[in-house]
Amino acid sequence: MAKHRGRGIASINYPIGMNLGGDPSQALVHSNPSGKFTVSLSSIDLGQGMKSVTRQICAETLGVPVEDVYVDTADSDTGPHCMGSFASRGTHRVGNAVMAAAKEARGVMMEAAAEELEVNAADLETDGRGNIHVKGAPHRSISTKDVAIAAQFKQGKTISGRGIFLVPLSEVNPETGEMSPATCYAHACLVAEVEVDDETGEVAMVRMDSAYELGRALNPRLVEQQLVGGAWMGISHALFETPEPYYPDPAHGPRDFVEYLMPGPGDICPHDIAVLERPAADGPFGAKGPGEMCANPVLPAVANAIFNAVGVRMDELPITPEKVLRAIKAQGGARPQARR
Amino acid sequence: MLELRKDIFADERDDNLKEIGKGTQRQDMLGHVTGTSTYFDDHKLQGMLHLKVLRSPHAHARLRRIDTMEAERSPGVRRIIRGADVPRNLNTLLSLINFGKDDEPSLAVDKVRYKGEPIVAIVADSPREAFEAMAKLRVDYEPLPAVFDVEEALKPSAPVVNETYPKNTFVYHDVYDHQKLRFGDVERGFAEADHVLEQRYQMSPIEHAPTETNGSIAAPDTNGRYVVYTSTQALFFSLDTCAKILDVPSNTFHFIGGTVGGGFGGKVDTLTEPLAILGAMLTGRPVRYQLGREEEMQFGSPRGAERIYIKDGVMRDGRIVARKIRAYFDSGAYTRLSSYAVVKCVAHLPGPYTIPNVHGDVYCVFTNRTPATAMRGFGVTAMDFALECQMDKLAHLVGIDPMEFRILNAYRDGDMKAHRREAKNTALIECVQVAAEKAKWPLREEMKRMSSRKDGGGSRAAISPTPLEPVPQRAAVSQQRTTYDRAPAAIVQPPPPAPTPPPSPRPQAPSHGATRFSSVFGTRRR
Repeated sequence: MAKHRGRGIASINYPIGMNLGGDPSQALVHSNPSGKFTVSLSSIDLGQGMKSVTRQICAETLGVPVEDVYVDTADSDTGPHCMGSFASRGTHRVGNAVMAAAKEARGVMMEAAAEELEVNAADLETDGRGNIHVKGAPHRSISTKDVAIAAQFKQGKTISGRGIFLVPLSEVNPETGEMSPATCYAHACLVAEVEVDDETGEVAMVRMDSAYELGRALNPRLVEQQLVGGAWMGISHALFETPEPYYPDPAHGPRDFVEYLMPGPGDICPHDIAVLERPAADGPFGAKGPGEMCANPVLPAVANAIFNAVGVRMDELPITPEKVLRAIKAQGGARPQARR
Repeated sequence: MLELRKDIFADERDDNLKEIGKGTQRQDMLGHVTGTSTYFDDHKLQGMLHLKVLRSPHAHARLRRIDTMEAERSPGVRRIIRGADVPRNLNTLLSLINFGKDDEPSLAVDKVRYKGEPIVAIVADSPREAFEAMAKLRVDYEPLPAVFDVEEALKPSAPVVNETYPKNTFVYHDVYDHQKLRFGDVERGFAEADHVLEQRYQMSPIEHAPTETNGSIAAPDTNGRYVVYTSTQALFFSLDTCAKILDVPSNTFHFIGGTVGGGFGGKVDTLTEPLAILGAMLTGRPVRYQLGREEEMQFGSPRGAERIYIKDGVMRDGRIVARKIRAYFDSGAYTRLSSYAVVKCVAHLPGPYTIPNVHGDVYCVFTNRTPATAMRGFGVTAMDFALECQMDKLAHLVGIDPMEFRILNAYRDGDMKAHRREAKNTALIECVQVAAEKAKWPLREEMKRMSSRKDGGGSRAAISPTPLEPVPQRAAVSQQRTTYDRAPAAIVQPPPPAPTPPPSPRPQAPSHGATRFSSVFGTRRR
């Protein structure tokens, strides 16, 4: 009886946005008279950071500091239509809508600034710190606050913008399945190392190394939050979770977190992550979306690592100690494969 | 922990940006870490009532009789709601995009199709009084044979789960019981292959397990409107679903949400809003309906189970020449969103690899279990598990390192994908190379030199001649919509006079009030 270590890998890709498209999102951006901007959305922040990435996208596009932008979400009376927060569509679809709205608002802001500075709007640029100045002549400058005051009370202009992003709906061929499912894909590869106890069938995570390609990490710390959390969920899906432990027999379903098991702090492992950025042609600043796909490679990588450790193929999820032990017994004991 | 590899694909990016790429602190961080962010359940309204539902103890049963008499008289009970009280007691979520047929009642009327299906809702002053009244409801069930296995459900002798789809499968393009993928000739590929490997994979259902269970609070507002605080992941999707079920114009509702205690796909189904609003309409009081933990875990929709068969043909040099896949999505008793995931799954085949011959048949199957719904990686997670386990087995079979085996077969820019679109912006090879580097997994030099941007296209962009099966006759819509669930329930006692509710706005027009998200969508187009 012994513990055996093994390594397994998996590589995947993942489509961004609703399959076949046809899933629009809208955004409205407007400035108050002090040059502070509000982004109005009906999109939902599930904790993934929707408000924060759209805020950064808006600030970058307007050319103002992020502190001057506030994102207001999820009120059907004030926020324009959004299909919803699912299908890894938030960053890509909503981000693009916010970018379009911010571009329109920036156009008005630059026109208003041009009128105040008595120059052509095309000759102006933003410094990202709350000022607009003549290109090559930073002293001929006006603050966004003064522009907003002038637009509101003197010029009678609304510094605001509307944005929508829609990938047109694709047809599906009934006979061949020909279709345009998505405009861009994220990618990943993950190596999992496990330790399998051939006496109890328990699988312990030892470490994970991974590479994720996401188009652009708009906020690397939010990306890290998603990838670390998603990998935890991958471990949980691989080794722990199901409301029907003897599927398709529906008996013995768990009713609470005493019976429905998930990895605790002692069950997780170090995870070393690399992020690659190959910008998507139609992503906001090239971004795709890390949300869903980060859990996916963990499940097969763990199964493949178990094979490497003890020589059994675990083809049914979740891979519980009971299943591992039965498989090892059926094989007549652990058969460790070549160490990788 | 996280390293940004700016050196890779650097020539495709402008990194000269001010706010993008910065690890700026979240706008909502302070509220979250100090416990002051407002969730739907933080709206404790004056005079708020609580709604609970009676759920079926049987997986499949006819409802012979529902006796609410004793429950009506139970202390604190304000209103009992039955299926007949729901204006449009049959819906399917994706009807908003014209995909599929209405197949699910808000409250079961003469049949239950899964254990836990809601039958009667009780609105009471407190949750305790609602539960006490629930214990006094009398339902006479006639248990029916149930089916739990997807392949059993496809047999002609299987019990019919959902009369809207009498063959226990969703109907694609008005004619097929599955979505097809045909690309090249897999049988020829298998004949040429050095090895053929066929395997079966199974994923059980998975619960979203959010910290905050599904719920909503609906309250009468001024001018005949209703304000709804909700945990939904899709504000307008839920709003329009409610407008349809309750048969009112969509601007009757003011939905407020946006801060959610974990979704992962489990808060798209609009499980609680229609009954909470109906409760508010019928009582004139704010009504809260939130699932308990056991309800969330067993009867709130999970990620559905999938059974997958993969047959691959591979050459000794590691090239995969044919991949044939048959997969069954267990949708549970109703469609919800599984029909959509099937098409997404078909689009995902054969994984991120260039294989000249691919054949896929994916089914959305009805069984007598809790309806499945979206979850993180919808349509893809289980398939990726199966595909990547299969890739490991194939590499082992031909004696090639599993990392190198992936690089060999990886799709590259310019390759033709099985859904007949050119691959662009690919990066699988680079991900494998970087993961190998991180894990100190040795790769041969020639493998390190491979690139997603090199050597794609050409013969890899070709579509091999594809034999197609004869196209069946499209019968004039073979499965008609059923009115099964709209039949009035067998009620023993007329309900006692309810407290006079304010008149709920009801338009005269028979069409539902929801705005369809698009008029160009249709079953044929999906």
